[in-house]
Amino acid sequence: MHFVVELTKYLMLLIFGAYTYHAFRVSVKKNKNTRAISLRWMTCFLFLFHFTGYFTMYLQVQNNKLVWLYGGELLVFILVLSLYKIIYPGISELLLRNMLMLLSLGYIILTRLSFDKAVRQFLISAVALGLGLLVPIFIQKYYDIRKYGWIYGIIGIFFLVLVLLIGTESYGATSWLTVFGLFTIQPTEFVKLLFVLCIASLFSEGTDFKRVCAVTAMAGATVLALVFQKDLGGALIFFVTYIFMLYGATGKPLYLFFGLAGGSLASWIAYSLFDHVKVRVMAWRNPFGYIDKEGYQISQSLFAIGTGGWFGMGLYQGLPTTIPVVDSDFIFSAISEEFGGLLALCLILLYINCFLILINISLKTSDDFYRLLSLGFTVMFGFQIFLSIGGVIKFIPSTGVTLPFISSGGSSMVATIIMFMVIQGIHSTANTKMSVKAAASLGGEIYDEKQKK
Amino acid sequence: MMKNKKNENNDILSQKPSVNKDSERKTILSIVYIFVGLFVLMMGYFAYFLLVKSDDVINSTYNLRHDVLAKRVVRGKIMSADGKVLAETIIDNDENEIRSYPYGDMYAHLVGRVMRGRTGIEEVENITLLTSYSNSAEAMYNDIVGVKNPGNNVVSTLNHKLTQVAYDALGNDWGAVVAIEPKTGKILAMVSKPSYDPNDIDDNWEKLSEDKDNESPLLSRASQGLYPPGSTFKIITALAYIRANPNYMDYSYKCNGSTEYEGMTINCSNKKAHGNVDLKEAFAKSCNTAFSTIGKDILINDFRSLSESFFFNQPLPARIANYPSSFLLKVGESGVKETMQTAIGQGRTLISPLHNAMIAAAVANGGVIMKPYAIDRIESAGGRVLKGYIPEEAAVAMTSKEADYLKSMMRSVVTDGTASRLKNFDYKIAGKTGTAEQEGKDSHAWFIGFAPANDPKIAISVIVENKGSGSEYALPIAGKVFDAYFN
Repeated sequence: MHFVVELTKYLMLLIFGAYTYHAFRVSVKKNKNTRAISLRWMTCFLFLFHFTGYFTMYLQVQNNKLVWLYGGELLVFILVLSLYKIIYPGISELLLRNMLMLLSLGYIILTRLSFDKAVRQFLISAVALGLGLLVPIFIQKYYDIRKYGWIYGIIGIFFLVLVLLIGTESYGATSWLTVFGLFTIQPTEFVKLLFVLCIASLFSEGTDFKRVCAVTAMAGATVLALVFQKDLGGALIFFVTYIFMLYGATGKPLYLFFGLAGGSLASWIAYSLFDHVKVRVMAWRNPFGYIDKEGYQISQSLFAIGTGGWFGMGLYQGLPTTIPVVDSDFIFSAISEEFGGLLALCLILLYINCFLILINISLKTSDDFYRLLSLGFTVMFGFQIFLSIGGVIKFIPSTGVTLPFISSGGSSMVATIIMFMVIQGIHSTANTKMSVKAAASLGGEIYDEKQKK
Repeated sequence: MMKNKKNENNDILSQKPSVNKDSERKTILSIVYIFVGLFVLMMGYFAYFLLVKSDDVINSTYNLRHDVLAKRVVRGKIMSADGKVLAETIIDNDENEIRSYPYGDMYAHLVGRVMRGRTGIEEVENITLLTSYSNSAEAMYNDIVGVKNPGNNVVSTLNHKLTQVAYDALGNDWGAVVAIEPKTGKILAMVSKPSYDPNDIDDNWEKLSEDKDNESPLLSRASQGLYPPGSTFKIITALAYIRANPNYMDYSYKCNGSTEYEGMTINCSNKKAHGNVDLKEAFAKSCNTAFSTIGKDILINDFRSLSESFFFNQPLPARIANYPSSFLLKVGESGVKETMQTAIGQGRTLISPLHNAMIAAAVANGGVIMKPYAIDRIESAGGRVLKGYIPEEAAVAMTSKEADYLKSMMRSVVTDGTASRLKNFDYKIAGKTGTAEQEGKDSHAWFIGFAPANDPKIAISVIVENKGSGSEYALPIAGKVFDAYFN
């Protein structure tokens, strides 16, 4: 048995590495045929990786429930791959596969950490993927969603204030809302979507100085609401997203510069005012000095990553559960411990690949609203990954942020899937438009070529 | 007309001036650079952590994963520099792993133990010993078929021959012997007595930790024992005097065998009057009256900062469990009397034998203190060197000119002073004896020194507890260790 666990450890690294390689190949190569072949390989690797993971786990725990979970996940993967392609021919297949690959890695590591949480995660993501099917239609149909910027902003702030008033506290942040006493949601995750919608809408209408000031005030209010919830990671994500959207809308580097300078100043003020910020920084600078309390989590995380080394301990061979909150904020450490540092590096590369695809869609969109919308989501996605991984490897102070598609957490999962699907919708709209236009203007200018000039 | 207008509208909606498009493109590209840059930095840090920092991090005793590793790897060996096995894991007939220490209590403190709390090299290199050199195909194969891989071996700097001689020379007395290589800081031998046998620590644990007779066998006297330095401290006092008085060569003092200051009497050994002495003679004869009088004029601040530049009042720069030596003179708190006592190494000053060896080595090495270290390299089970520790400078405590003069003073201790027993050796020894007086008990006998005086290869520090004078009891031990080294 040990034999198989060790063998599959190396095998999974190879598969994941090969998958990542092909992901970049598809992004770089122009030749349609080459890309199609690579995409086919990626589909194979996706299923192979998923199977090998569950096979390894089944051998060790021999729980038949695992087979059911695996079957369910497999079914969802197949459905997503076929349905999305049928309904949206213009979708980015590369992005779709990357999303499934990330989900598959997340399913495996969550099953290893906590079976119940994995089941919950699977059900929520399955529903979200189903809902996601509708998102691109929605984007194509409702042109008018761009018109209600202020309303989105106000609804967002309303929810955040509501959480402040009646929310429940967990892990030091008050960011949970209990709905009808049945389940809890984290409204921040959905406010993220509204926030980007709001900013994209307002800036697509104009970027004169007066407007910039007004929008900044509203964005500031949103960030402040998060600061009061003690949700540092959330506040940072909103702030950075806003600054980059402002920069993207105006094209003025000065905004970016002053925004980041103002952000640093605000962080410094937060550091000197709030004890919980100080504790995080303290734990970051010297985790082992405060290993019994403040630095415990980050120390355990570093032990996990360090002991796992380049090749990892193998599934069920490490002790990832010694890290507090390992299934959500610190899941990267669990991956690094059991799958190894090399696979963890490939995972970062895969995220970079997603980031590049997303921002490329933004780059190719001529419509201002869509361009800003996808840019906002892209930056949000990228920065969240940076905060999450950077925090658990002690590159930056830990801010308690989830890893998209992988960390356990329903709200985050639903919001991220919607985010991806919105961008897919924008992409497929542009793609469809492009072909219509190309057909309509035979001999005339073709959209795509115009961009190259 | 109508058509035209519609066209215009269309244009406004679907296309914008190309300048704008270009700048949008630039803006987005710059965002790409910023984010990809951040990610690359993060990946770089991650790789750096795994390559460089993780070894130290995961060695923490808080890391529960050590036990997980122990299930996959047979703990590696600890070897002496001359190829003797100091610790190894043996698998008995029932497939049990037993940690064995072939030399019993001889290396107990420095090599350490794994039962009842890890100590010594077993602690600081725990992860190394539990890691198998993993790049070889064989290791991967073993991993896969489930055979335990042999852990990496730690090769220490210790010389077994020297250690054995020092161990025997101490006999049944309590005390410690430390020998280091002055140029590198390599620890060649480090012995403490009384000691304990790590092989049966489990059976004797209660007795050892109870310590009814105050023997403290678990304590490494060499690095954790703190003793008054006695006359060995005159090296520091002499240096303080040299720094404060550029004309120190003209120093002259008439010793009557004892001196008095406000009711306090300081005697030379056996109240022997040394007559007219210069600085070198006073040092060679270990003249207490001369040195305590020197102490009267040393500024306390200078004295304190000098001793702190020699690592008093702070942990020693070594990966070896040690207690900081203390130098307690302080402006405003300490009077002239205490300064006079401190100058001859009595007062409240305390020092560990390892620290005193470092001071001897500093003089031998032209004033440069090297970090003492006991681990030379890490080898795979197959003998491939995986990591070598290199000598590191800890501080430059004095100029080479000052070191040269101190050297000549220490040489005169052997040629015409208290260590003349060592005069007739084939090589030139330099050093300083010390007799740390104890209220109501016999004195601690000290000797620190090095050889050969012109090109020192070995520095040594010997203490014998509650035994008598340094020249009588510490010198012979040092002599035996020197002989073992040079012959």
